[in-house]
Amino acid sequence: MVGTAETLEQVQAVQDQKYKYGFITDIEMERAPRGLSEDTVRFISAKKGEPEWMLEWRLKAYRHWLTMEEPDWAKLGYPAIDYQDSYYYAAPKSKDDRPLSLDEVDPELIKTYEKLGIPLQEQKWLAGVAVDAVFDSVSVATTYKKKLEEKGIIFCSISEALRDHGDMVREYIGSVVPYSDNFFATLNSAVFTDGSFVYIPKGVRCPMELSTYFRINASETGQFERTLIIADEGSYVSYLEGCTAPQRDENQLHAAVVELVTLDDAEIKYSTVQNWYPGDENGKGGIYNFVTKRGACRGRNSKIAWTQVETGSAITWKYPSCILQGDNSVGEFYSVAITNNMQQADTGTKMIHIGKNTRSTIISKGISAGRANNTYRGLVKIMPKAENARNYTQCDSLLIGSKCGAHTVPYIEQRNPTAKIEHEATTAKISEDQLFYCKQRGLSEEDAVSIIVNGFCKEVMKELPMEFAVEAQKLIGISLEGSVG
Amino acid sequence: MALAARSYPGPLANRHAELSLKLAGAGVGWLDTLRADSAARYRATGLPTPKVEAWRYTNLKDLVGIDFASAPVVGDMALDSLPRASLLAVNGHVLAFVNGRLRPDLSTLDTLPAGVTLLPLSEAIHSDEQALSAHLGRLVEAEENPFVDLNTALMEDGVVLRLADGAVLDKPLHIISVGAVADTPLAFFPRLLAVLGRDARATIFESHAGIGEGAYLSAMASEIVLGAGAHLEHYKLQNESQSAFHVANTRVTVEAGAVYDNFVLQIGSRLSRNEVHTALIGEGASCRLNGAYLGAGKQHLDSTTFIDHAVPVCASREVYKGVLDDQAHGVFQGKILVRRDAQQTDGHQLNRALLLSRQAEVNAKPELEIYADDVKCSHGATVGELADDQLFYLQARGIDRETARGLLIEAYVQEALDEIGNAEARLPFQRLVGGWLKSRKG
Repeated sequence: MVGTAETLEQVQAVQDQKYKYGFITDIEMERAPRGLSEDTVRFISAKKGEPEWMLEWRLKAYRHWLTMEEPDWAKLGYPAIDYQDSYYYAAPKSKDDRPLSLDEVDPELIKTYEKLGIPLQEQKWLAGVAVDAVFDSVSVATTYKKKLEEKGIIFCSISEALRDHGDMVREYIGSVVPYSDNFFATLNSAVFTDGSFVYIPKGVRCPMELSTYFRINASETGQFERTLIIADEGSYVSYLEGCTAPQRDENQLHAAVVELVTLDDAEIKYSTVQNWYPGDENGKGGIYNFVTKRGACRGRNSKIAWTQVETGSAITWKYPSCILQGDNSVGEFYSVAITNNMQQADTGTKMIHIGKNTRSTIISKGISAGRANNTYRGLVKIMPKAENARNYTQCDSLLIGSKCGAHTVPYIEQRNPTAKIEHEATTAKISEDQLFYCKQRGLSEEDAVSIIVNGFCKEVMKELPMEFAVEAQKLIGISLEGSVG
Repeated sequence: MALAARSYPGPLANRHAELSLKLAGAGVGWLDTLRADSAARYRATGLPTPKVEAWRYTNLKDLVGIDFASAPVVGDMALDSLPRASLLAVNGHVLAFVNGRLRPDLSTLDTLPAGVTLLPLSEAIHSDEQALSAHLGRLVEAEENPFVDLNTALMEDGVVLRLADGAVLDKPLHIISVGAVADTPLAFFPRLLAVLGRDARATIFESHAGIGEGAYLSAMASEIVLGAGAHLEHYKLQNESQSAFHVANTRVTVEAGAVYDNFVLQIGSRLSRNEVHTALIGEGASCRLNGAYLGAGKQHLDSTTFIDHAVPVCASREVYKGVLDDQAHGVFQGKILVRRDAQQTDGHQLNRALLLSRQAEVNAKPELEIYADDVKCSHGATVGELADDQLFYLQARGIDRETARGLLIEAYVQEALDEIGNAEARLPFQRLVGGWLKSRKG
């Protein structure tokens, strides 16, 4: 009987709580109350005007999250995160909070923009300066939007998609990264605030690179982004995420989820340049980036290629993966991860071979400088039915200086004898010969390092779309500034 | 919902107090303390589940399900002769153990050269106590490994080999451990302590085999200390009974200029894990950790290695090859750590596996952890089946498919045997590999 009384008490307590904060939360509030509870989740969902099923899904995720433990297998060290000491929803900042001109922005940031050759208007946009949205990229975006509509391509925020294409979102969201997937993805499922939605119709080749950069309402890149891209039969899209310029963000914890789906003969090329604030040279500040990215090659002959250049963030925890379900499907992962000063990166990929004749390629280049630690962690898994599957993996690490670390942790799980897996890893340093040769020809030490490292990364850099490639090369040089001499 | 459990309750965990009274050397103060501390740690940690990263590919659930009795409490097995065919055929000093206990009648200890001490552990506790207390448990105390703790808590017998500076062991030492299946599943804990002085040289063979069908657990722990310039060849055969569990931990420290040459062939047991940790702690030290595993039936064979490059200018080389048939599982985990100051490290690792059946499975986790910039480190891994073009080549020359397969597998394993530093020592292993291949054809 005691048990029953306790249960009653608990039920009562829950009911009281609901009454206290529950469904009547003031929608006009700018911020969800600090901390994380079912009410926070309800608040976010209500703010976004989401359908009931979405809220249910978020709550399921939240309840599951409560039962989960934060993973500790990555080679990362950071102080414990207090998930209750943070705001999970804030309305886009009003102009009053923002710097009024570039003079108010950190001069270091401006210097970097100049080195990257970013036009003044874009500098303002990136630095979060309050500008009326009238500069070039907006008009460019409008033109683009029209072109996309003609082809039947949907490219909008996930909130818009929930409103206008709810059935499609419902069908696919969580189908690649389930709400219960992992600690950070589950957290994202409960509290994601925005992100992109892309649908490419059958047989359509998207006429341009899609980029969040051109999605006007993406100026508040969220802490908990959720992106969903669906490439229908025979379609193709190249998607660019992030940008080379360092972006300021007040939120230290980032946990994004990206889901990709390719149907028969479709292809998605997903390129990322991640350059969030890495913290200062003593490791103070900087973004914690815990990202779950996964693509499902559902259809025959489909293909997903991830390319990433990771130079920012204090902590990077990120494993863009491919589930190769369709026969003859192809997964690719090209990665450059650069860590300097006190940065830590634990990044890699997972290639899960399920279908026959599936192929995957992994090329990873890790560069470690300063006192940073850079880990490649990758899984290649061949399931019993993956006849004639092939994997080739090449992981190279470059160490600059004697205080950094470079680590390689591949996992190979092979359950079909007809499949072939090859893995190679090497570790090297920039040789004195190479440096001397460059310097002798009049290059400064820093330029020499930049050239050598770019050469080291060439196999990956050539996979980047043109728009990114040039800036990314400059970025490599800038990320390694101060690492030699 | 319960949080993921990271440990199983360890077999025999609560029996230490009662068992320890009967162990050899009970009542010797420092040994009692060492055993009691290990027992307490083991009780607290239990055995790891696959939730523990280092054990993600080897699940001990079948092992913990068995109610093992510690071997000494059961009467001695009547066993007149050794199962020669299952052992390495090598001549030398022989120390033979049945269910972890020394059998003097099956051992042959010839006159030893000057500077060499070779004793069963049960005797060394009394006659060589000073040296023993200086080394026993020293190499393993820093890390937490429940199987090592279990061994230390309940070790009954084993081998103590000590070589003074410049001493040379004239003939190989052959340690034979036989598990003789009894009515109750037995567990036994052989221990090896080898301490080689400056420029000393020795060769050790180990054969682990079983008699009868039934479960037993052999959990050996070895501590090996190599002084500057010493050279140790250490070659092991794991050929336990098909229902047996074999978990062995070897810890080695290698001083300046010394060489540790290790090879392990695993063909027996239902589940095995052979762990070798080598620390290169003096400049110019080197090690070679090589091995092969041949699995069939429902065997689970795990080879886990760790090489710690702690100081500059050391070299390590590692080649592991596996062949898996039927529903066998193979695991290879190899980690190379290069510490901050270990510049000019040269570390190379290769692991390859061959799958002969649709249900066979292999999991590999080679790992590099590097903190020094002026190093040459690499690892390579390949997994697959026999190459069609090679089969075709042989068939085109009139060799039938089965014979061709046999030849190719043999050649594949031979590459691993070729890594054994002492060419003479390859022969006894070749014979066993040949026997295994023949049994596959039938």
